Amino acid sequence: MDISRRDIFTVGGKLLILASVGATLKQITGAEPPSDAYRLADHWWGMIIDIDKCIGCGNCVRACSKENNVPEGFFRTWVERYQIEDQIKEVKQPRVESPNGAIDGFPPLAPIDGKSFYVPKLCNHCADSPCVQVCPVGATFVSPDGVVLVDQTYCLGCRYCVQACPYGCRYLHPETQTVDKCTLCYHRITKGLTTACCENCPTGARLLVDFKNPKDPVHEILRTNKVQVLKPYMATGAKVYYENLDGAVR
Amino acid sequence: MIPGVDGFMYPNEVELQWSVLIVLYPYITGLVAGAFILASLERVFNVAAVRPTYRLALLTALAFLLVAPLPLQLHLGHPERSLEMYLTPHTSSAMAMFGFVYLWYLTVVLLLEIWLEYRTEIVGLAQSTRGLKRWIYRALTLGSYDVSPAARRMDEKVGYAVTVIGVPSAFLLHGYVGFIFGSVKANPWWSTPLMPVVFLFSAMVSGIAAVMVLYVVCMKLRKTAIDMRCLDTIARYLFYTFVIDFTLEMLDLIHRTYESDESFRSLDFMVHTRLLFSHVILQIFLGTLVPLFLLAANQLWRYTEGTRKAMYMTAGALTLVGIFAMRWNVVIGGQLFSKSFLGYTSYKMQLASREGLVAAVLLMILPFVIFFVLVKLLPPWQGGKAHEA
Amino acid sequence: MVVRRLFRDSAHLVRPALVLVACMALFLVVRSAIIPKAFGQYGHYRPGALDLVRQHPIAFAGQDTCVMCHDDQATVRAAGKHAHVACEACHGPLAQHADDPAAHVPKLPDVADLCRRCHEKDAAKPRNFPQVATAEHSSGMACNTCHQPHNPHL
Repeated sequence: MDISRRDIFTVGGKLLILASVGATLKQITGAEPPSDAYRLADHWWGMIIDIDKCIGCGNCVRACSKENNVPEGFFRTWVERYQIEDQIKEVKQPRVESPNGAIDGFPPLAPIDGKSFYVPKLCNHCADSPCVQVCPVGATFVSPDGVVLVDQTYCLGCRYCVQACPYGCRYLHPETQTVDKCTLCYHRITKGLTTACCENCPTGARLLVDFKNPKDPVHEILRTNKVQVLKPYMATGAKVYYENLDGAVR
Repeated sequence: MIPGVDGFMYPNEVELQWSVLIVLYPYITGLVAGAFILASLERVFNVAAVRPTYRLALLTALAFLLVAPLPLQLHLGHPERSLEMYLTPHTSSAMAMFGFVYLWYLTVVLLLEIWLEYRTEIVGLAQSTRGLKRWIYRALTLGSYDVSPAARRMDEKVGYAVTVIGVPSAFLLHGYVGFIFGSVKANPWWSTPLMPVVFLFSAMVSGIAAVMVLYVVCMKLRKTAIDMRCLDTIARYLFYTFVIDFTLEMLDLIHRTYESDESFRSLDFMVHTRLLFSHVILQIFLGTLVPLFLLAANQLWRYTEGTRKAMYMTAGALTLVGIFAMRWNVVIGGQLFSKSFLGYTSYKMQLASREGLVAAVLLMILPFVIFFVLVKLLPPWQGGKAHEA
Repeated sequence: MVVRRLFRDSAHLVRPALVLVACMALFLVVRSAIIPKAFGQYGHYRPGALDLVRQHPIAFAGQDTCVMCHDDQATVRAAGKHAHVACEACHGPLAQHADDPAAHVPKLPDVADLCRRCHEKDAAKPRNFPQVATAEHSSGMACNTCHQPHNPHL
């Protein structure tokens, strides 16, 4: 029943839909750039991550990898699992793991004497980014809409930016031999879509936000929640905010 | 678990980004800066005893300076794009600014000073030699054959001025290399305002040691008597700078240990495990304490000429190894621990790859080849007369 | 007289200066010829880099595109616990399918693997998130024997 109905849709409905929204569909999914309704000055992108919603499924890592053809063994986003034992006498270091960036999720964890939780990571798209500061040629930059990008045709591959990033978000792409990183799915968000990781997060733990949009839920979230960024003492102007982040997370 | 990794590394941190070639880069620029400062001792600070090494030091500096950008170049993912560093230099980047400091130092300081120093000989050789050599010397005269006493006096004055500019330039050159590392706030092993100063003094130590060793080796090869007054003086200055260098390094160590900030547990563990050999044994013990002891003994007691030579050569060679270990510990050590302070990775040096051991060894031989050519072209042995400051 | 002699004695010094100036002039000419167009328009970078990044093809079509055709499934899903799980979170990237549904027919996901990724019991998961030890829970039966993925309520 379902299938036959879908068939009718694909054959008959396709024409109808393409006639009405065809151009938009092509824009949303297609290769050619839009006629440009997108204005750089109207946006300031970031993300909000709720630790209490992350289930460590690794869907974001897989989605990112597929959307952006991330080379194997490198990660634009990854998930860490923290285990912090109860501290009776000595202060113990947290036990952290991220098997292959959690691209296949995590092996199940038996209950421990203490707390455990998942922490998704990605480029913090810092406003005062140390990686941009050190780039000798201007191959990496903060775009006017607040996304830290790399110009693949201009990067020398000196990797000074990789050293300067406090969060370990950059790597040298083994094929292009230029530095690569999370683009906050710039090719998607500038066409009205959300990022691949946010789109595919089953629990809504990740939310793409636009600080310049007065109607964006980010404003309500920041007003009513206690949030934190990673390594705030680095003063990088990180724009990926975390709700319910434990102090032990680095 | 990933082989070579203990604890937790951010997944992109497992592979080191800066290899042995980036160890060579501060090592080589350090030798340049140190050798130049030794040369300026004679010229600016009137230490006449080191005159026999003046020209040798200049040529050493030039030979190493010409090689200095090569390890960087070879390390780049896209060496063909390196010119962008001069086309669109990013003013907030220490690395971009280094390009200009390098050019300034190469052209305005070193080449000019060498040209002025050798001008009389170049003009003479342009007239006395034949064939290809004649053409090379004629090009080097830049078309001027005026070596009248008045013109020579002018060269002296300008040369002095160039050396005076050269000393802060040499400081700048290597201080800048230190700043490239010292300004990375994400990396606590690097991030310290002492880094440029420590780099500078270790540069002077390595440069002085290199010229000292080169001088003795050259004299042995030429079967010429070694000027012991010169050698003693160089050793004395090596001792002074080494004391300052060691004090600064210990200050850094004590400060880190006393403050014991967030990174300390991680760095302390690293020094006691993965860096134990290269840091504690090579850098601090063999590369610093032993040569310091040998040099200090010469300040306190009098030894025979043969013993002194042996002690100086041992101290010089160990110093060169020690400073190399220091660069290694900074560059490689700074990448062995996770910025999460929760784990460690390891560096597996490749052998025959673009950034491997063979490339590094060849790059270390190259300055000596250049030095050999320079010595053939501009013999440093005749310059016995001291400069009039 | 003194000035003239000074000038004569330092004439040879003009030559290296000229070489330096010539090199700098050559550099400036070369620089102006090969510097990328419009460099620095928005900041210290090539503005064309923005378009370059934007040109990357899209793999995940996005919720709104899926629902255009599959509104029936969306309605079923909206009634249940999976209301906020996007289609492609389980079905994979389907932008090509959306562009040409006939040429790119998606494969159904492997239920055994799929459900476990989210719902396997794990101490690090938020407590209120539904999770089961799959081996005990269904004794080897596929999840969709009892639960409909689009609305998993029994």
